[in-house]
Amino acid sequence: MDLMLDSLPRLLNATKLTIQLTLLSLFFGIFVGVFFAILRTSKNRVFYFISYYYSYIFRGTPLLVQIFIIYFGLGQVEWIRESFLWIVLKEPYSCAILAFTLNTGAYSSEIFRSAFETINKGVLEAAEGLGLNKVHTFFRIKLPIAIKQSLPAYGNEMILMLKGTSLASTVTLLDLTGVAKHIISTTFRPVEVFIVAGSIYLIMTFIIHNLIKYLEKKFSY
Amino acid sequence: MNMIKKFSLGLLITLFLTISANADKIKIGTEGAYPPWNAKDESGKLIGFEVELANFLCIYMGADCTIVEQDWDGMIPGLIMRKYDAIMAGMSITGERMKTINFSQGYADEVASLAVMKGSSLEGMDTPEGINLSNKGGEVKKTLKTLTGILAGKTVCVQTATIHQNFLESGDVGKVNVRTYKTQDEVNLDLTAGRCDAALAAAVAFTDYAEKSGKPVVLVGPTFSGGAFGNGVGVGIRKDDTDLLNRFNKAIDMARKQGKISELAIKWFGFDASM
Amino acid sequence: MGLLAYGDTGWGDELFFATLMTIAVAAAAIFIGFFLAAIFASFKLSKIRTLNLIGSFYTTVFRGVPELLVIYLFFFGGSGAVMYVAKIFGYDGYIEVNAFLTGAISIGIISGAYSTEVFRGAIQSINKGQFEASQVLGFKKKIYYYKIIIPQMLRLALPNISNVWQITLKDTSLISVTGLVEIMRMSYIAAGSTRDPLFFYSFAAVLYLFLTFLSLKLFNKLEQHYQKGY
Repeated sequence: MDLMLDSLPRLLNATKLTIQLTLLSLFFGIFVGVFFAILRTSKNRVFYFISYYYSYIFRGTPLLVQIFIIYFGLGQVEWIRESFLWIVLKEPYSCAILAFTLNTGAYSSEIFRSAFETINKGVLEAAEGLGLNKVHTFFRIKLPIAIKQSLPAYGNEMILMLKGTSLASTVTLLDLTGVAKHIISTTFRPVEVFIVAGSIYLIMTFIIHNLIKYLEKKFSY
Repeated sequence: MNMIKKFSLGLLITLFLTISANADKIKIGTEGAYPPWNAKDESGKLIGFEVELANFLCIYMGADCTIVEQDWDGMIPGLIMRKYDAIMAGMSITGERMKTINFSQGYADEVASLAVMKGSSLEGMDTPEGINLSNKGGEVKKTLKTLTGILAGKTVCVQTATIHQNFLESGDVGKVNVRTYKTQDEVNLDLTAGRCDAALAAAVAFTDYAEKSGKPVVLVGPTFSGGAFGNGVGVGIRKDDTDLLNRFNKAIDMARKQGKISELAIKWFGFDASM
Repeated sequence: MGLLAYGDTGWGDELFFATLMTIAVAAAAIFIGFFLAAIFASFKLSKIRTLNLIGSFYTTVFRGVPELLVIYLFFFGGSGAVMYVAKIFGYDGYIEVNAFLTGAISIGIISGAYSTEVFRGAIQSINKGQFEASQVLGFKKKIYYYKIIIPQMLRLALPNISNVWQITLKDTSLISVTGLVEIMRMSYIAAGSTRDPLFFYSFAAVLYLFLTFLSLKLFNKLEQHYQKGY
């Protein structure tokens, strides 16, 4: 029991990193996701396939492989180390965010694509009939509807991303899981540490869940 | 009557099998990723100073040994979980570890050292050849102060759960940005990739890596021993296995007397690292 | 490409067996998951409040906590936990819990949490009429569950089971920490030995894509088969 209380401060401290990684990755991931979702619904075959394969690769391979390729794989390539790319790829923090962003971007693009595709055609025709141009239609009509549609699935993706950040511990970052593992391996009390660390994750999951519920209410018409 | 007979027979057979199964079979756990202490050759076979020494110790103990591979961070849990009965993995004898397991007497010692890539600004430190942290003298204090200044804010890479990590986090060299990795190999990779300003591990681990990989990794600063770096490398044994502990100690005595440890040390380290 | 050669000079054969191991552990995990899902889905559908709570607890915890944490729990606590459970059943000896079991059980428990939701959702979406008709026709609960409800549930659940399989398959990459030699671990070893992480991790990605591709094809076939008559 006292181990649980003892480890709490260290674990909470590490939670800060976990939250940072999650929020930043989701933030950038939304842009990536919307971008590829638009490409995917495009009539241009090249755009379509770029988006299709991007999604296929990043959803079809484990996040661990992705992060290892970016951090360890690219880190050993000479010309990368000498290029401007090294600014991002040198630090495990930015490598992790890059990997997480690309990953969540792929899943998000599927969610947004599906949301765009299921927008009631009638609404779009009405917009055309009213004389709204393409950009206007996109930002005033399509986007809000798509956001509302995506909320449940995106909420799920947010939780998946939160769990995904635990992989940052495999590239030297001391996030909640990394510190938990360290405590477990030095005290040999896996159950207690699991309970504390797990509870922290569950609390964050709970917050995300409720946030989505709140947003769903706000966006309903 | 029949049930009792069957049961007794079953019990006897089980007893017999258990006894014969335990008859002098010792499993020894090692990492296989810390040359020259323990490593793997191209075909994946475990080789190294400790692998050879283990085989000799088993001959002295008259036991049938198998050497098992285990990731470093699961090394002590593996022992406690009875995956194996002894640890011979370049594990230094430290007070912290002794809270959980017992150690035999030390059979060899390693000094630790910082390493950098050739051309690094950290080369050419004004420090003595080596310091022993168990020694609380003035020279040690002065060296630590020098190091604190040089390493302030720098990123130093180490393998996780090692004495090297403990030292860097102890505050003896002030605030250093410590990065921990699963294996020494990963430390080496990031050192050569330029992600670390320096790395800390056994001096021989770096010289071995420099030799095998051809990368310009050089040792800098003083060699470290004592204090947080423990008192030599010993065999890790479960706390309740006092019998096995005695057997290992006797075997190590014999090996030392016959010069076996020195012989193997010179073979693998290039110098006599025996204790 | 010589790095991938079969036999002693290359890593081809090791990677091949590692891929088989990945499939094996994923398969074991998903079936352990199905077993657990059958239990917990029925808990969640039960009229007894306590069982509902236990079921919800299971799905919430194991879908909400990172997989790595669950794996560490079993890796570091493994033998102890299994032996503790065995003691309850009267077995007092030492049980060796090998890497395969540790991995399969950890991933299996997580997989089961997802499968529980899939089963529950599938049963709930079966036309209420089916239940009523079965009861009216006088079938006993056990019988109509097996002959009528479950086959339909399987058909409805299949697409989602495909997703659970994908998740389970990818999660196996995380058990490399227990030392089990599946794709990720083998790539790690090869990368370390040849100092070519980019090649081997990229190849690992290719292997996973290949498995994903095969799985999709397999599930498509299964879905077509079960769609017959609808």
